[in-house]
Amino acid sequence: MGKEGDRVQAAAASVAVIAASEGLDALLKLLQRGGYRTIGPKVRDGAVVLEDVSRADELPLGLIDDQQPGAYRLSQAKTPAYFDFTHGSQSWKRYLFPPKEKLWSAQKTNKGFEVQHDVDAPKYAFIGVRACELNAIAIQDKVFIEGDHVNTSYRERREKALIVALNCRRAGGTCFCASMNAGPKVERGYDLALTELTGKNGHSFLIEAGSEQGEKILAKLDARPATPADLKAAAKAVDQAAQSMGREMPKSARKILSKNLESAHWQDVAKRCLDCANCTLVCPTCFCNTTTDSTSLDGQNAERWRQWDSCFTLDFSYIHGGAIRREGSQRYRQWITHKLASWHEQFGVSGCVGCGRCITWCPVGIDITAEVRALAKGK
Amino acid sequence: MTSKTAVKRSPKTADDAQPDTRPDAPRDAPLDAMMPVPFRIVKRTQELADTFTIELTPASGRGGAFAFRPGQFNMLYAFGVGEVPISISGDPANPKKLIHTIRNVGAVTQAISNMKVGDEIGVRGPFGSAWPVEKAEGSDVLIITGGIGLAPLRPAIDHVLANRGKYGRFVILYGARSPADVLFMEQLTAWRGRLDTYVDVTVDHATRDWAGNVGVVTRLIERANFDAYHAKAFICGPELMMRFTIKELSSRGLKDEDIYVSMERNMKCAIGHCGHCQFGGKFVCKDGPVFPYSSVNALLKVRGL
Repeated sequence: MGKEGDRVQAAAASVAVIAASEGLDALLKLLQRGGYRTIGPKVRDGAVVLEDVSRADELPLGLIDDQQPGAYRLSQAKTPAYFDFTHGSQSWKRYLFPPKEKLWSAQKTNKGFEVQHDVDAPKYAFIGVRACELNAIAIQDKVFIEGDHVNTSYRERREKALIVALNCRRAGGTCFCASMNAGPKVERGYDLALTELTGKNGHSFLIEAGSEQGEKILAKLDARPATPADLKAAAKAVDQAAQSMGREMPKSARKILSKNLESAHWQDVAKRCLDCANCTLVCPTCFCNTTTDSTSLDGQNAERWRQWDSCFTLDFSYIHGGAIRREGSQRYRQWITHKLASWHEQFGVSGCVGCGRCITWCPVGIDITAEVRALAKGK
Repeated sequence: MTSKTAVKRSPKTADDAQPDTRPDAPRDAPLDAMMPVPFRIVKRTQELADTFTIELTPASGRGGAFAFRPGQFNMLYAFGVGEVPISISGDPANPKKLIHTIRNVGAVTQAISNMKVGDEIGVRGPFGSAWPVEKAEGSDVLIITGGIGLAPLRPAIDHVLANRGKYGRFVILYGARSPADVLFMEQLTAWRGRLDTYVDVTVDHATRDWAGNVGVVTRLIERANFDAYHAKAFICGPELMMRFTIKELSSRGLKDEDIYVSMERNMKCAIGHCGHCQFGGKFVCKDGPVFPYSSVNALLKVRGL
C-alpha cells in the first residue's frame, strides 16, 4: 500500500505545480478562451450554489458552512480561502443530468408524425469538483453510459466536460465520504485537481494534472513546479479533512438493509419522514426520472421531456389499480435500500458517496447513517 | 442567463449513433432508445368491451420484420398523450405482423383505443426478457393466466403449438371475471379442440349460458395432468393470483426455478434509466418482465416493495 501510494505521488509530482491564488482567475480565463462554460460555486440566498462563474472574485472567498441534520448556515472563516465550505444542496448532476430536459419533439404530418431528437450539450468546465462528487459522477456514468442502453445527451455532455477537481481540507458536519471510500482525496476522473494552501507561505494552489488535457492547461499557467514540501502540505490538508468527518456509515450497511426489509423500524422512520423528496433531489447519484408528454394547442406539435422524479411520491410506483408503495414506510425503505444495498446488485457499487446532503437538507433531519445503525439494532 | 445551444439532429445522424446490439433489431431501429419510431395501424379488432388488438407496420412503408421473443414488450406512444408498456401478443414466427392486445384503462390506452386503421403510433422496443420456450423443450408446459395476462402469453402458446413435438404435455389454464371477459375466446376454443393440448377455463362470476368452471384459476391446477418434476410453468396475472398459483404448483412438487412469472411495474423508459420499475435490485424492464420465480421469491413475499 505504502509503495503504491509513493508511486502515485511520484507520478503526480511530475505534473504538479504551485500557483498563487490569483492563478485561479487565470485558469478561468484560460478555460473560457478554450470555449468552456465555466461552472463553479457562488453564494445565492445564503447558500452555495453551482452557477456560471467568469471571475475568481465571484467565488465564495472566506466562507465556511456549518451543516447539521436539517441545518445549513454560512459564516466567515478566520482564514480566507476559496473552497473551505464543503458543498451546498446542488451537485454537478444538475448540469450533466439536468432537472428538466427535452428529449425530442414531434410534428404532425399529412399521414402521421415525425420525431426529431433534441440534444442540449454545452461544453462545461466544472470548477471545484470534490471527491464525493467525482465518485457520484462515476456512478451516474454506470447508470447512463455503461449499461446496454445509453442516455445519449448525458454522454455528450459528459464527454465534453472538463473537470477541475478539488481536494477538501475541511469536512462538514454531515460528511461521511471517508467511510464510503469516496473521499476526501480525489483519486481519478479529473483533468486538473486543486488543493488550496494557506499559511505562512501565503495563499496558493497545488495544481495536479490528471489527464493529457489537464497537462496542456497546466503548462499554460503561471506557476512553479511543486516541491516535496508542497505535496506534503497538501497531503496534510486532505488528511485533516479525513480526520474531521462529521459522520460515519457502518461498513455493513448493505447487509443490514438487505436483512431488514420487514423491520418495525420502517414505521418509526415513516413517522418522521415527510415524503418531501428533498433527499432524492439533493443526492448526487439519485437518477430516477419521469417523462412527460405535451402538445401545442393546435395539436400539431408534441414534445417529450425528461425530468427528475422521486421514489418518495405516490405516483412513482403507480400501475393500473393503484400505487405499489402506498405507505411512507415503504417509500423510505425503497430509497435507502436502493441506495445502500440493491445498488450493488444493479451497478456493482454503493449508490452513496457520503456527501451528507440528504442529512443536511432533510427538513426533519433524518440521518441516513443513524437509520442504518437503528436498523442494525433491530429497533 | 444560461445560454444554451440546442443542437438539433435527425435521428439518422451518424455521430449520434448508438450501436443497436440486439441481434434481431428492427430495420427502423432509432439511434437513441428513447426515440419512438412511427408505425401505422393496419388492423384493429375489438376483443372485449374494454380490450382491443392492433396490428402495426412501419410507417416508413419499408415493411420488414419486427423480430421479438415471446413475453417481450414495446413502449407504445400516442401522439401528444404519452407512452405505455404493452406486451407483444402476436406470433413470434410471423414477425411481419406486430400485434398488441391492449386493455383500455388509462389516458394513453384510451387514446390508442380511439385510433383508427391508418393512424400512426410510436413504437420503441422490443424490450425485456422472454418466456424460456427453448429451455422448456422436453418438458411439460403449463400456462396459467388470467384476464389480459393471456396476451403476453399468446406468443409462447403460439411457439409451443408450432413446435408441438418438442414439448411434453401442454396445459393452458385461464381465468376471467365473467364469460364476457374471456379474451381470445375463439382461439381458446380452437386450442381446447386439439387433442395434444389441455385447456381449462374458469370465470369468477358465471352467467346462465356458461357451461364451464366457476372460481379462481388456481382451482384448475389440481385437475390438470402434468409431471410436476418435468414441467415449466409460465404465469402472468395480478401478483395475488400469481402468489396463490405458485403456492399450488409448489405443493404439486414444481421447483421454484421451473416457475416463471411476468411482473408488472410502472415504466417510463424501458431501458433501466428511469428507476420506476425497480423490484428490489431488479429492473423489471430489462431484467424482466419474465423472471424465474427462484430469483424473485424472496421479493414477492414483501409487501409494497
